[in-house]
Amino acid sequence: MEENKNKKSEARLMKGNEALAEAAICADIDAYFGYPITPQSEVLEYLEREIPKRHGLVLQAESEIASINMIYGAAGAGARVMTSSSSPGISLMQEGLSYIASAQLPCLIVNVVRGGPGLGTIQPSQGDYFQAVKGGGHGDYHLIVLAPASVQEMADFVFDGFRLAEKYRNPAMILTDGALGQMMEKVILPEEGSLKKVAAPWATTGKTKDRDHNIITSLFIKPEEMEQVNHQLQEKYKRIENEEIRFEEIKTKDAEILLVAFGLSSRICQKTVDLGREKGIKIGLLRPITLYPFPYKKLNELADQVDFMMSVEMNAGQMVQDVKIAVEGKVPVHFTGRMGGMIPSPEDVLHEIESVMDKQNVLQD
Amino acid sequence: MSIERPSTLDFPPDAEGMDMVYCRPETLTDVPFHYCPGCGHSVVHRVLMEVVEELGIQEKTIGVAPVGCSVFAYHYMNVDMQEAAHGRASAVATGIKRVLPDRYVFSYQGDGDLAAIGTAETIHTVNRGENILMVFINNGIYGMTGGQMAPTTLIGQVTTTSPYGREANMVGHPLKIADMLVQLPGAYYITRQAVHNANAVRKLKKAFQKSFEYQKEGKGTCFIEVVSNCPSGWKMTPVESIKYMEETMFPAYPLGDLKVPEKV
Repeated sequence: MEENKNKKSEARLMKGNEALAEAAICADIDAYFGYPITPQSEVLEYLEREIPKRHGLVLQAESEIASINMIYGAAGAGARVMTSSSSPGISLMQEGLSYIASAQLPCLIVNVVRGGPGLGTIQPSQGDYFQAVKGGGHGDYHLIVLAPASVQEMADFVFDGFRLAEKYRNPAMILTDGALGQMMEKVILPEEGSLKKVAAPWATTGKTKDRDHNIITSLFIKPEEMEQVNHQLQEKYKRIENEEIRFEEIKTKDAEILLVAFGLSSRICQKTVDLGREKGIKIGLLRPITLYPFPYKKLNELADQVDFMMSVEMNAGQMVQDVKIAVEGKVPVHFTGRMGGMIPSPEDVLHEIESVMDKQNVLQD
Repeated sequence: MSIERPSTLDFPPDAEGMDMVYCRPETLTDVPFHYCPGCGHSVVHRVLMEVVEELGIQEKTIGVAPVGCSVFAYHYMNVDMQEAAHGRASAVATGIKRVLPDRYVFSYQGDGDLAAIGTAETIHTVNRGENILMVFINNGIYGMTGGQMAPTTLIGQVTTTSPYGREANMVGHPLKIADMLVQLPGAYYITRQAVHNANAVRKLKKAFQKSFEYQKEGKGTCFIEVVSNCPSGWKMTPVESIKYMEETMFPAYPLGDLKVPEKV
């Protein structure tokens, strides 16, 4: 993926949610439609304060269902649009996301994940991994999913998200969490106006004499036609899987044990890597940045090198399934995590690694 | 009196030299309607698109089709169209109008779409005073899915999900959504019309004309309910269904203006 070449030089101390909102303004969004929900209402609030001073449109809708359908309409009309919500609200958007994916509309959705299931808690979680990458809505489709691990990435991935969404005519999602949304870190925002608009000749802007009428739909009632549309989508997803995988490797070169973690969990695991190495344990970390497309190949390669892998997540074990798929049984894949809005500590993760090592040593004796 | 033959209309060879006095407007495609004989949708589509053509706004009109019998409206209307999820047409129309405020945007929905699953979107779109035209086809039944009860189904009316007739103490009374919307300041023009005879069709055409003019003024939502018959859903012949509509639907849903802009 391209780097954001032009950045404003000054760093600002910002809350994750607000950095994300500011980046959206810098990305020249045409509209944001959203609904309040903790822990991400700051996104809507920031835009309601700032957009009138800058450019674009912000509208508080009556629900997340209305929001996602306004997104559909505006995206279908060729606009660059974004919405954000948190887990229960994202659940409400699933039908709309399936429609958007099927109609092949670009847009950016942000899920600031909170503990669940159900009404849950407002504390951070990674419990929506399955929902984000395995569907969520009905039918065969994918969202392009980016997982930031810092306030800087909260801002950067707005640009990356729109770039990918518009390149592939596909909805993109930033899958973050309540802690990243609320924490304050230094951020250098991308340059305002530097994300060029992409032509959308397919959009419903009004049928001029030089063309037929444009139709935005996900209805293909003849199964032969529906199958063709599905083939188109699958070919698109193959292209995305070939070209857009992104990950970060931390101390993997000589690693004997590999942690796999995204988002906030990866920040915790970075500390675990340091703590482990202080004790002479050669731990490395693979941080997927795109959760879809997932770095299966990279993990498979690393499986040739390490004794075991451990997926660390703030859920009951979701990404671990993809890690197991990736390694094709070459090495054991373990899991540790916390649920319900609790955050694992680096020491807890190290303790889990040491337990696995002890068990392995016992087996080997 | 002769009118121009539209480019999209095939002219039969033995008609050469004749005057064209009536034909399909440019704003309807050359796709045969699938609607049941006698259904109001056909006439409403025609009248709406005729007005779009006569006002010269084909290039600036964008419509939103619902889920229901008119789900394929986008095949029939020769303007840019979007197909919405069930109930969400007014939210979709809001999205379009907000990013393309100088276009003429309309949503087109049946009674399930607008007054059941879409009730929240309906109320809030009008409450915000979105500058769109909302077309509401009220035939008191869910036609496309085989004739189930709608929020607007009348007391005692037999449908596949009210086989003994609608009972108020079980499922409540028919919902008079247009009357509810009158309360909202964002509603600029609300009227209830029909298409069962030439006079009614003329009145509906005037309502559409006014609505597009009002949309240019940007003063709020125009809401046009069209009470329609549904011969298939009501299990009647087209002629019987019109009689039934005149005798039972019109008393429950009286025709006429419910809200008009105040004269300055």
